[in-house]
Amino acid sequence: MDVILFLAFAAIAVVCAVNVVVQTHPISSALSLVGVMGALAMLYLSLGAEFIAMAQVIVYAGAIMVLFIFVIMLLNAGAEVKRGKSLAAQLLGVPVFFGLLSLLSFAVLRLFPHAATVHLGGFTGGSARDVGHALFTRYLLPFEVTSLLILIAIIGAVVLAMKEMD
Amino acid sequence: MTGVPVSWYLILSAVLFVLGVAGFLFRRNIITLFMSIELMLNAVNLSFVTFSYEHKQVDGHLFTFFVMVVAAAEAAVGLAIILTVFKNRNTLNVDDVNSMKL
Repeated sequence: MDVILFLAFAAIAVVCAVNVVVQTHPISSALSLVGVMGALAMLYLSLGAEFIAMAQVIVYAGAIMVLFIFVIMLLNAGAEVKRGKSLAAQLLGVPVFFGLLSLLSFAVLRLFPHAATVHLGGFTGGSARDVGHALFTRYLLPFEVTSLLILIAIIGAVVLAMKEMD
Repeated sequence: MTGVPVSWYLILSAVLFVLGVAGFLFRRNIITLFMSIELMLNAVNLSFVTFSYEHKQVDGHLFTFFVMVVAAAEAAVGLAIILTVFKNRNTLNVDDVNSMKL
């Protein structure tokens, strides 16, 4: 059951991620990215991260992707035009891609040969209550610093937009 | 009851990360580059949550939470920059944005 769930959502995530990379129109890429994020939210649920799964759906698939799609519509972005590619990129691109992938997989399998297995309900410490408790006790300083970062981001976005209006 | 090995989750994370890197290097549309960065951040988030499961501690979830917040701030500022670039140069192709000053 766990294996079937994992394989199904992992397949959705990988197919959508490939689609993000190969589609030439930005809207298609954005919708595929929403698919990746939805599949990842389900995988987070299977890992016992309930709060993070909800935040993934609301913040990533909801807020950030809507922002992307607004910008794509605002700029009326069309399909990407193909340019002449360099010979080195054509020859080296795919081998380097698989080389990096196998290097990462090798490192993972080497570091975690007898690691634990994941099954539903194996970890129940990821509810909103537990995350909130840790957030407001041990991680209070990072939390406050993050609020400052968001304030700076708001001011930066407003300043950039104001410059545009002049 | 057989479960899924933790390493499968980590390998899925590696696959998504490498796809993000590939998208960032191959694509020329500035918005698609931005989406590839989001894909890489998501891949890293998956590893954080997986490690959190393996160690049975909630800390990985908090790192994921902070990554999400930083990604939101980054998306807001980055998309504002993209809007300004498009207004000034009338293009979204990163190959055409090759000088600091017009």
